Amino acid sequence: MICTILKIAILGLTDALGIWAIVGLGVAGNWFLLATLIIGMGLLNLALLSRRAYPLRYLIPGLIFFGAMVVYPILYNVSIAFTNYSTGHFLSKEQAIAHFQRQYYLPENTESFSYQAFRSAQGDLILILSSRTTGALYLAMEGHLTLLDPKDPRLLYENNQIKAFEGVPPLSTRELVQNLNRLEKLALPYDEGVVRLASLREFKVYKPRYQYDPDKDTLTDLLSGKVYVPKEGSFTSEDGESLDPGFRVYVGLTNFVRIFSNRQITGPFFRVFRWTFLWAFLSVATTFCLGLALAILLNNPYLRFRYLYRTLLIIPYAVPGFISLLVWRGLLNTNFGVVNQILNSLFHIRIPWLQEAFWAKMALVLVNLWLGYPYMMIVCLGALQSIPSELFEAAYVDGANRWQQFKKITLPLLLISIAPLLVGSFAFNFNNFNVIYLLTEGGPPIPGTQTSAGATDILISYVYKLAFASGRGQEYGFAAAVSIIIFLIVGTISALNFRFTKSLERMSEGL
Amino acid sequence: MYRRPGGLTKLFYHAIVWAMIAFAVFPVVWIALASLNPSNSLYTSGIPKKIVWEHYVELFSNPHHPFGLWLWNSVKVAGISSLFIVFLSALAAYAFSRFRFWGRRTGLLALLLIQMFPQMLAMVALYLLLLNLGRYIPWLGLNTHAGLILVYLGGALGFNTWLMKGYFDTIPHELEESALIDGATPFQAFVRIILPLARPILAVVYILSFIGIYSEFILASILLTGTKAYTFPVGLRLFITGQYSTRWGTFAAASILGAIPIMLVFLSLQRFLVSGLTRGAVKG
Repeated sequence: MICTILKIAILGLTDALGIWAIVGLGVAGNWFLLATLIIGMGLLNLALLSRRAYPLRYLIPGLIFFGAMVVYPILYNVSIAFTNYSTGHFLSKEQAIAHFQRQYYLPENTESFSYQAFRSAQGDLILILSSRTTGALYLAMEGHLTLLDPKDPRLLYENNQIKAFEGVPPLSTRELVQNLNRLEKLALPYDEGVVRLASLREFKVYKPRYQYDPDKDTLTDLLSGKVYVPKEGSFTSEDGESLDPGFRVYVGLTNFVRIFSNRQITGPFFRVFRWTFLWAFLSVATTFCLGLALAILLNNPYLRFRYLYRTLLIIPYAVPGFISLLVWRGLLNTNFGVVNQILNSLFHIRIPWLQEAFWAKMALVLVNLWLGYPYMMIVCLGALQSIPSELFEAAYVDGANRWQQFKKITLPLLLISIAPLLVGSFAFNFNNFNVIYLLTEGGPPIPGTQTSAGATDILISYVYKLAFASGRGQEYGFAAAVSIIIFLIVGTISALNFRFTKSLERMSEGL
Repeated sequence: MYRRPGGLTKLFYHAIVWAMIAFAVFPVVWIALASLNPSNSLYTSGIPKKIVWEHYVELFSNPHHPFGLWLWNSVKVAGISSLFIVFLSALAAYAFSRFRFWGRRTGLLALLLIQMFPQMLAMVALYLLLLNLGRYIPWLGLNTHAGLILVYLGGALGFNTWLMKGYFDTIPHELEESALIDGATPFQAFVRIILPLARPILAVVYILSFIGIYSEFILASILLTGTKAYTFPVGLRLFITGQYSTRWGTFAAASILGAIPIMLVFLSLQRFLVSGLTRGAVKG
């Protein structure tokens, strides 16, 4: 009973807080967070009040994080895949316009001021500007310019020169130079422009360079008179000149069209795609075969030291992957690497690991085998133990040899339980950026081609190069578009695999 | 399946296993030797002529790279994240294993498929998410460990929920049913009966998450910007790239020190690993 009261009290309190936040977000106009909060509050209330939604109480804590850190980034990625989000187009349109409105230029025959600077009691800079055109005096304090009466009692004159302000003498030229940084930062609003430092001894009136017309949605360059209209994420003039920075706009399917129409991308795409497949397949096949073989060996109850062996064989799994990859990279160095030193002293050969396409691929498969077999071994060890031994005894009585037993009993039963893990492993290796990037960086480059795709680049490392490491800055919109395509490919393969291995049917018995 | 092997076959088996062990420990031994070698080169091989500890001393004496702090950061981030991951995925797995509700199958499959999205490419979204979060809640923003932990919590949930659900499925329902009849709530049954029985899989998820997060490099290097906040892998990269040029001896020493705690934890808990990982997986 106390529990129920406590529950309702806490829920009420949370709801009150939530409603307060919702009102706040509504006023601030943050619709995305607003929608998220409303959905979250709805789920929370449903979970705690409805009997039927009882399981939700267990799921919600996890789902919150899963939603925020996995689902939301994916949705965000989908939304920027349709934009031109990239270097030079990071700002929103409003931010870009605000940026242009802060640009000023120095017109000819502009009003200029001589000035004197004083330090206030608080250490702030106070300026007295004297217009060379009109002779009027201005006081510049706290970022504002105000007209100053020459007879102001705070001023102290000597030979028609101001000698002190509020009893403080003006800064010397040397002190001015020391404070140049602060002086240069001043931008005092005046008329339609600003008054800024033009040289060490004078301030001048700067006029805003660009004028934005919200009705026509045009930006006019007051210096040259050119008119710019927004076009494809940049303000562009009639003669095709565009202003930097641009801004972010929705560009529809442009990024996707680019993937499939650009020769730079389609050219190597199918080669990269083929190797990605082969790589994922080889990774799973080699690690599984070795893992299974070792598991069968270690599962032999007559083998002495098998627990010690298991411990030693698991070691690669316990070393952080990025360390072992960098170490392998050193070991496989063609000229100085230990592997080649050993091969050279034994067989007098040096293998160009990491330098020739074929050997680089071999090196990747080999190193990935080292990284991945312990996992497969552990999984297979457990799976083997679950196969009833009567089956083998019956087969033995029927005269089946060891190979037949393996083929007809061990493998099929093993595959049923391990197939889902193999599918998962395939999907993981399909996107195994770490191994490729840390070992070969996608290289070696392919001679005679224009593209940045190296011989061992898989889709994800190739996308990384295209989107972030090419000379054109960071192309997030494009990278997002490709990530969606990769996701579709991996998702489809995995879904199909699950179906074909029938593991889903077995799983659905348990579901 | 197994017959007692003859003498020659036995020798053959042991030879194969020892060859594999050589393959497995070779890089580890090599880097241990490199960390004791006075030369800072990547390519010195074999047993060093003179054993020196200067690389280890260097690690803890140079204020430009606070190695001890990085190690502590990593242990902290990985330790806390893994604890939460175990708790969150156990809750979710219990619901998927024991309750029958609308959307359950779809939810399980969606969890697995969504997990296959290349999260590395979603890093822009994660970066901006933490940036905005930091405006409202500064201790959760960029360059904070709490923010990084938050990101890791979401990323690890799918696979672990599957793993745990598989294990929970193998625990007989009768055990909780009797508790329910005795008047326990489902949550009490979960905490008092299921969790103690599922200790192996809890340990497995903890170890796997810990190792995964401890060595995670890409997200940490994007989301952590200050040297003091670096985790071990992010800092380790400094030894072999950029301003410190390449100092493989120091790198090797750091790797050994960084890997030892992990290996100790891992090897001491490996009996859980085999029973936990396989029982859940086998049921599927």
